Amino acid sequence: MDGTFAVFNRALVSYRRLWQASVFSSFILPVLFVLSIGIGVGGYISGVDGVSYLDWIVPGVLASTAFQMAVGESTFPVLGDFKWVRGYHAMRATPVRIADMIAGYQLYIMFRVVIAAVVFLGVSALFGAIHSPWVVLTPLVCALLGVAVSAPTSAFAASIENDSYFALLFRFLVIPSTLFAGVFFPVSQLPALLRPLAYASPLWHAVELCRAATLGVAPPWPVAAHVAYLLAWAGLGYLLALRAFRRRLAD
Amino acid sequence: MIHARGLVKRFGDFTAVDGIDLEVAPGEAFGFLGPNGAGKSSTMRMIGCVSTPTAGELRILGMDPVREGPAIRARLGVCPQTDNLDPDLTVFENLTTYARYFGIPRVEGRRRAAELLEFVQLTEKSGSTVEPLSGGMKRRLSIARAMINEPDLVLLDEPTTGLDPQARHLLWERLFRLKQRGVTLVLTTHYMDEAEQLCDRLVVMDAGKIVAEGSPRHLIETYSTREVVELRFGDDAPATYVEKLAGIGERLDPLPDRLLLYSADGDAAVNEVHRRGFTPSSVLVRRSTLEDVFLILTGRTLVD
Repeated sequence: MDGTFAVFNRALVSYRRLWQASVFSSFILPVLFVLSIGIGVGGYISGVDGVSYLDWIVPGVLASTAFQMAVGESTFPVLGDFKWVRGYHAMRATPVRIADMIAGYQLYIMFRVVIAAVVFLGVSALFGAIHSPWVVLTPLVCALLGVAVSAPTSAFAASIENDSYFALLFRFLVIPSTLFAGVFFPVSQLPALLRPLAYASPLWHAVELCRAATLGVAPPWPVAAHVAYLLAWAGLGYLLALRAFRRRLAD
Repeated sequence: MIHARGLVKRFGDFTAVDGIDLEVAPGEAFGFLGPNGAGKSSTMRMIGCVSTPTAGELRILGMDPVREGPAIRARLGVCPQTDNLDPDLTVFENLTTYARYFGIPRVEGRRRAAELLEFVQLTEKSGSTVEPLSGGMKRRLSIARAMINEPDLVLLDEPTTGLDPQARHLLWERLFRLKQRGVTLVLTTHYMDEAEQLCDRLVVMDAGKIVAEGSPRHLIETYSTREVVELRFGDDAPATYVEKLAGIGERLDPLPDRLLLYSADGDAAVNEVHRRGFTPSSVLVRRSTLEDVFLILTGRTLVD
């Protein structure tokens, strides 16, 4: 555990140096989204599922912010620590284990996602978009989503040599997920054939959990099913990351 | 501290380390000398418990590097060939974050960081980020970082490669101080002067094998002569003079640009060259070095 916290500590110290660079994407952009789409576009829409469009979209933007942040923070920073900074090689020369490297960074991802979620919820509350005390659980949902996508992304980042693969990751997985996994409109609007793709995305499960929590309604699937699906991604992602890190650091 | 028997490291078909035996005692400064690709770094990585031996026996601090890697690494200090400092963190933070990897408490980590920065003369740079530091400063910081856990054994992979002469001398001086404190140093180098300056004992490696072993002085006495004469002959190929100068000194080695003449008495050898009627364009009589030992042992120069 010491090793895990040491790795977490290093990520925090780096963040303390570099946090200004992420203020826009972490805190300002999500609010701009809510203003432009929630209020701007929402003005033309009577509402979705009986609630105002702003109320409906806030939990979606919340989860998708966590999603994008968790993926983004696991691409270049992870590859960089293998290739350019060689931070993982530095850790490798110490008692820190490979499992600590991954778990410590996942702790950091959770930390980042939770901070961003709390700030975003504060702003959303000012617009009157929070309707249930269950909202206090949404940062935890975001943290779980964060690990569910950051762990496999870390595994991917640890397996590639060239950062141009990240463009493919964003183009074919991150952006389509953001657009079609229930953030901006209900998945039921999708053709039946495409819906399973939305269900497959971890983002959709987090969006539905967050939406249920901020609106105080039941999610489409049992809560346990949504959570189990996200846990499965996190667990599998962790194992893949373990394998990828071991390979990369062997010999 | 280190014990190896028949140590082998293979990467696919390529044998990087081909059955070497080693014994390093506490307090010793031990060197691996050899050209690039000789297997020095592969050996160091096995000693550092980050690379698994393909075959043979290896014991570090009396432990098995495969099963007890973390326990061994807790007592090692490693200064890698390519710096892996955190460029965005300050000099001080680089040490304190690294201290945490060894489970050193925060307060103690800060105390050691301050002390080590004093030791490597970087106290003034403490609050600066690493990015703008010179190569020599970064290397000194890497050495300070390697000392943060008060290691029993310090591994230095080419500690002064790429540094200017002034930075090298400062680094040597600091490493010499570490040695005086009783720290066991193991280093690789392809610089003769570095090996002569720092090592009590060294092995010369070539193509994965140990070709000679001993103190620098012992190696020079065993494999070379006391003095070496370097002769240049204008535009003529040095090789053409090998026959003409045969019998002078103990050995003649033609290099592309000069002829090396090994002799216990360099001046006498030069007189003999002149007596035979040859007038080299330049003559240099010098003491024999490890470079000569390496050339004699392998037929090749060390840095090419």
